[in-house]
Amino acid sequence: MDAILLQVLNGLDKGGAYALIALGLTIIFGTLGVVNFAHGALFMLGAFCAVSFKSLISLEKVTLDPTQKTAWGTPLEIREAYVESWFGDAGTLLINYSVPVSLLLAIPTMLLIGIAMERGLIRFFYKRPHAEQILVTFGLAIVLQEIVKSVFGANPIPQPAPDVAKGMIDFGVAIGFDAGNVVYPAWRLIYFLFSISIVGAVFAFLRFTSFGMVVRAGMADRETVGLLGIDIDRRFTIVFGIAAIVAGLAGVMYTPILSPDYHMGMDFLVLSFVVVVVGGMGSLPGAVAAGFLLGILQSFASMNEVKAILPGIDQIVIYLIAVIILLVRPRGLMGRKGVMEH
Amino acid sequence: MSLAPERRDLIVLVIFAAVVLAAPVLFKPIGAGYPDLLQKFAIYGIFAIGFNILFGLTGYLSFGHAAFLGVGSYTAVWTFKLLSMNPVPAIILATLVGGAFAAVIGFISLRRTGIYFSILTLAFAQMSYNLAYSVLTPITNGETGLQLNQADPRVLDIAFGRDYGAVLPSSDLFGLDMTGYPGFYFCAVVLILCFFLANRIFRSPFGMMLRAVKSNQNRMNYTGLNTRPYALAAFVISGMYAGLAGGLLAVTDPLAGAERMQWTASGEVVLMTILGGAGTLLGPVLGAGLIKYFENIFSAFNEGILMAGFDFLPETLQHAAVAVSSLFVGEGWHLTLGALFMLIVIFLPGGLMEGINRLVAWIGRRGGGGGGEAPATAPQTAG
Repeated sequence: MDAILLQVLNGLDKGGAYALIALGLTIIFGTLGVVNFAHGALFMLGAFCAVSFKSLISLEKVTLDPTQKTAWGTPLEIREAYVESWFGDAGTLLINYSVPVSLLLAIPTMLLIGIAMERGLIRFFYKRPHAEQILVTFGLAIVLQEIVKSVFGANPIPQPAPDVAKGMIDFGVAIGFDAGNVVYPAWRLIYFLFSISIVGAVFAFLRFTSFGMVVRAGMADRETVGLLGIDIDRRFTIVFGIAAIVAGLAGVMYTPILSPDYHMGMDFLVLSFVVVVVGGMGSLPGAVAAGFLLGILQSFASMNEVKAILPGIDQIVIYLIAVIILLVRPRGLMGRKGVMEH
Repeated sequence: MSLAPERRDLIVLVIFAAVVLAAPVLFKPIGAGYPDLLQKFAIYGIFAIGFNILFGLTGYLSFGHAAFLGVGSYTAVWTFKLLSMNPVPAIILATLVGGAFAAVIGFISLRRTGIYFSILTLAFAQMSYNLAYSVLTPITNGETGLQLNQADPRVLDIAFGRDYGAVLPSSDLFGLDMTGYPGFYFCAVVLILCFFLANRIFRSPFGMMLRAVKSNQNRMNYTGLNTRPYALAAFVISGMYAGLAGGLLAVTDPLAGAERMQWTASGEVVLMTILGGAGTLLGPVLGAGLIKYFENIFSAFNEGILMAGFDFLPETLQHAAVAVSSLFVGEGWHLTLGALFMLIVIFLPGGLMEGINRLVAWIGRRGGGGGGEAPATAPQTAG
């Protein structure tokens, strides 16, 4: 029982990332009708927002102290980050909490990137075939990741979680298991809660604001909304920006779990597309549910007990599920009729 | 003056064969006249021709074709290890296994169309890639890649009394070593045969049917025709081409690694086909050649060469120009590839062949309409 619980927990953080990326993909697909292969790159860019913020606030002032010598006989270098020398303890705190704080940087950055992408490229592809949308966004994804590679290098750049979240949480005690059985890294739990709240925020935005109402209407029937005299173009640009923010924030918070490198977006993109298809093209709850479901299934498949029976299952379980779902329920778990069927 | 289609095809084929066979001389001035690169031109040309039979004719965009290439490579290397170093059985088996693998994947994937099909093929390719890296290590030798070994059985070679002694053998066609120019000419002959076959498929009623599937599958279904067997046949044929290309890769360099199956490799063949012109006969070969050529040239560039290239500029400008352009060359070759990908899809969705046709038509019009109809070397795409 506790082993099962642990695997469910293990799947939740990855599932959260899948769900957030798939959510953005579905929103873009539902409103704009565009298959965005560059969405993984947005996730990656979000992660590198965290990296840039961290390296920005950790800029160091180097002073030589001639009174002290190192083992090599050279004067000792004293390094102090500028923010620490300027703000004292507040600066130290800022460096410690660099990942959550960089969310604040990521929101405007991702919004700008999203809007620039939509205005500069995607809008010319609304009327073009899906194959061409896939190809052009695939090209864009390559370009973005190569730019990141040339700026930040090819190696993963570790991002530490804040000290308070570095430890483990003995999760089992809270629900009545013996201590030490269900121990879980705190940051992963935070990531799960974070992804749930972002999903909740997006859903609330779509349900309770008039902007969201228009977006939902647009997803249901784009033409009619346009005929009602609503400026779809402007709203769609913002929708794309929102989807970019969601992917970017997912990337920022994921950095302590997986050290970001330039191709992390591609790795997540393929899986997120599978998630979208499993959930049902155009269904937001489907995307979220499938994200968590596949995350959990993947973590179950990587249990040693399962691998002993079916070797290699952990590598392919998501694709296998996708194949089965597409063959048994061609519209995915919660897909609607008439979406992407022509 | 318009030629009968059969005459025109024959002329195109002859010119194509002549260009391919004379490639070592023709490509020398642009620095591509050496066998390693020429082999790649020919092999990826075959790969792209095969992909085009599926994508260009039926419109099904497969994102998993590299899986067949990888399977072909593994098959060929295993044939070398178990049967014989002769390339002929290796490429025959590679083609067959590639085709069989495509039949299985195609049978499932073709139940869906559009983006679902793309995702399914992508899923299968990633599955194969992940498996080749992990569980199938006894067959694929995992990360190291499958290699030849002195102690390999090579049953047929032994039976015919060929002993390679204590050296690591390379594949040879009845004593003709398959490295360098003989290797290229072997690939070139296969390429010409493949091109001829593709030409026949394009002109056949079967090819016409595939184009009908692309232009309006619903209507085909309404007329009471089951389109799936046709699409599956196209899928298998293109899988066989990919398997053959993979086999040839192993012939010229007997080594097979899982990275050949990765989805970026699948993306590359899509790009080759699009760049050259999907649905045209010559386009994919042209695209494959260009991509491999630029890959080779661009990734060989370094700062020193760039500095020399921008020598005519004043020094500060020279440094700036080098800084910018070095992003695109050497390690950054993929950036060029991605940018090229976007430019082609945005401005020239019909690929280079469309560009050439437009240019020829434009020149024809300017010349007072004397040329009239452009001597299009490629058939127009349907839809």
